[in-house]
Amino acid sequence: MGQKEYLKNQQREVLQNCGLINPENIREYIARDGYQAMGRVLTSCQPQDVIEQIKKSGLRGRGGGGFPTGRKWEYAARAVNEDKYIICNGDEGDPGAFMDRSVMEGDPHAVLEGMVIAGYAIGAHRGYIYVRAEYPVAVERMELAIKQARELGLVGKNIFSSGFDFDIEVRLGAGAFVCGEETAMLNSIAGKRGEPRPRPPFPAVAGLFHKPTVINNVETLANVGRIFLKGPEYFAGIGTEKSKGTKVFALAGKINNTGLIEVPMGVTLRSIIFDIGGGIQKGRKFKAVLIGGPSGGCIPEDHLDAPIDYDSLLKLGAMMGSGGLIVMDESDCMVDIAKFFLEFTQDESCGKCTPCRVGTKRMHEILQRITIGEGKEEDISLLKRLAEDIRKSSLCGLGQTAPNPVLSTLRFFEEEYLAHIRDKHCPAGVCSRLVRFEIIPEKCTACSICARICPVEAISGEPKKPPYFIHQGICIKCGACQAKCPFSAIAKI
Amino acid sequence: MTMCNSCQQDAEEKYAELKKVLTKYHNDPESLIVALHEAQLIFGYLPRDVQIHIAEALNVPISEVYGVVTFYSLFSTVPKGRNKITVCMGTACYVKGAGDILEALKENLKIDVGETTEDGVFTLESARCVGACSLAPVVMVNGEVHSEFTAQDIPELIRGYRAAQDPAEKRSDLH
Ligand SMILES: Cc1cc2nc3c(=O)[nH]c(=O)nc-3n(C[C@H](O)[C@H](O)[C@H](O)COP(=O)(O)O)c2cc1C
Ligand code: FES
Repeated sequence: MGQKEYLKNQQREVLQNCGLINPENIREYIARDGYQAMGRVLTSCQPQDVIEQIKKSGLRGRGGGGFPTGRKWEYAARAVNEDKYIICNGDEGDPGAFMDRSVMEGDPHAVLEGMVIAGYAIGAHRGYIYVRAEYPVAVERMELAIKQARELGLVGKNIFSSGFDFDIEVRLGAGAFVCGEETAMLNSIAGKRGEPRPRPPFPAVAGLFHKPTVINNVETLANVGRIFLKGPEYFAGIGTEKSKGTKVFALAGKINNTGLIEVPMGVTLRSIIFDIGGGIQKGRKFKAVLIGGPSGGCIPEDHLDAPIDYDSLLKLGAMMGSGGLIVMDESDCMVDIAKFFLEFTQDESCGKCTPCRVGTKRMHEILQRITIGEGKEEDISLLKRLAEDIRKSSLCGLGQTAPNPVLSTLRFFEEEYLAHIRDKHCPAGVCSRLVRFEIIPEKCTACSICARICPVEAISGEPKKPPYFIHQGICIKCGACQAKCPFSAIAKI
Repeated sequence: MTMCNSCQQDAEEKYAELKKVLTKYHNDPESLIVALHEAQLIFGYLPRDVQIHIAEALNVPISEVYGVVTFYSLFSTVPKGRNKITVCMGTACYVKGAGDILEALKENLKIDVGETTEDGVFTLESARCVGACSLAPVVMVNGEVHSEFTAQDIPELIRGYRAAQDPAEKRSDLH
């Protein structure tokens, strides 16, 4: 039954080949109609038609922002230049997401096919796939796929005797989140520090080596071949009015079924978490789901029936992001999670602009203070003010979206912040300085194990005369007593 | 610093290999990151002298090479241990208790993140998601994924790798 529920609400389009074909054999991809769309496009379509068809399909970028792909291609197609480039963004920086990795490893030729079609549409003859170095298997598979495609003349000179040349190269990241941002990526591909630059000029006008460039996400490109194979109408028939097609999500966290899923746009988060995901582990209570990674936000129980599409998520103060979904239960602390993300963005800030470099540091300090019980009531308004300033004045998307996790958790879980600040209490029991360990008198048998294990002698009592007692002033909240108590007689409050 | 004969020979071999790599990228500043990756594979890290060689071959100012090396977290200017333990601190692993695992490893190895044990056997690192989130929490040792890891698994893991350390090889590496 579980299996049926798991599959019932899914629709495999982008993932149709993943796990089914041997990604290291190009013929298996071809046997499943691979490169057919590309052949048709190159031999019988004008570049302008290709763009029109993509516009008609309604495809929007899967890398986060949801920019209409057809329009992006059109800008680059209009730019007049001998040299243009296509870049496939395989940096997948969102920690907790692995959709693009799976596509690159499981169906690499679908990415190549999308790139060649994109190149034809805008008049580019060279493409780069930027893959994070943390994904060595994806790098290997992509390189092998390029080699095999080149051998069959599907990449390289005069593809399908159409007179169109297009070659592809893999470029490696080196562990910098900001390189997923497009202007930073341009610098990184050119062998420089991955620092972003102001836009405009947009990459479609002046991108890689100052030439017109289209940067698309892995999943965006993996959709392209299929749009031509099945027709733009088919694609536009899936999803909601403004968000077409399917979306791949990586389900992780405190959920029973973890892994990759693919659903039509517009399904509800509830259906993803409870039908496909099989609900929360250990029978615990659902608290919130994180979406959009360090640029996104959290969505609580009350809003689980919102449809997943670009616009509804923005309205809820979250965003689609790349597709990482991390489910949290009642034992997770929202202030701690906000602090986790701020630590991430602060660490990954490239340091070029002050609002991002200094602002995220100040926000992180405030959150740190709150989680150790030294928060002040004014901190909440200060966080909001800082968030607004950082959002408005940062140079690139990293800084502009860095405050989102804080704003989003404040929006839905302000009372949890207040509990930390006013009552010096972490309701979820995560922030170790704000929890108390207490002995439950009815369960205590006075075995004295806790008193012996306690490293600071904070527990006293007489053997065989329950209950024992924890001296809160001495306790360092290490939790050793709770872990060792054979009768589960110690509670974390 | 004086080197014993076998180390001298070892270093010479590595530089010969580097030289081979660099001929591919001669006068090609755009290949800096690729060249650094390959050099790090040969030497295990990027000492100053190697950076100078790369700067000269690619025709990039040494300041720029250093700027790139220090910008990207995968490049290191200090030698690493023979086994690299990486604790994933991505969101999925974090909510499943990766923080506690990292603390326990620090305590067991008596080093901080980014440091190497005195005997050069282990380097402890943390990563931002290794893309195995459904197996969280994840610890990688030399690229091999250990899934649904717990702090209790640590002693056995460490013992295994220490036992595998050939004592003879250990001596010749000490410089
Ligand atoms: C800090 C930052 C990190 C990003 N990381 C990624 C990433 O890992 N993968 C990705 O596809 N897009 C990422 N993006 C979005 C890209 O800049 C770009 O918008 C996207 O690749 C465009 O492709 P699409 O139109 O197909 O979505 C990131 C943006 C920012 C600001
Ligand atoms: S968050 Fe640890 S593998 Fe993704």
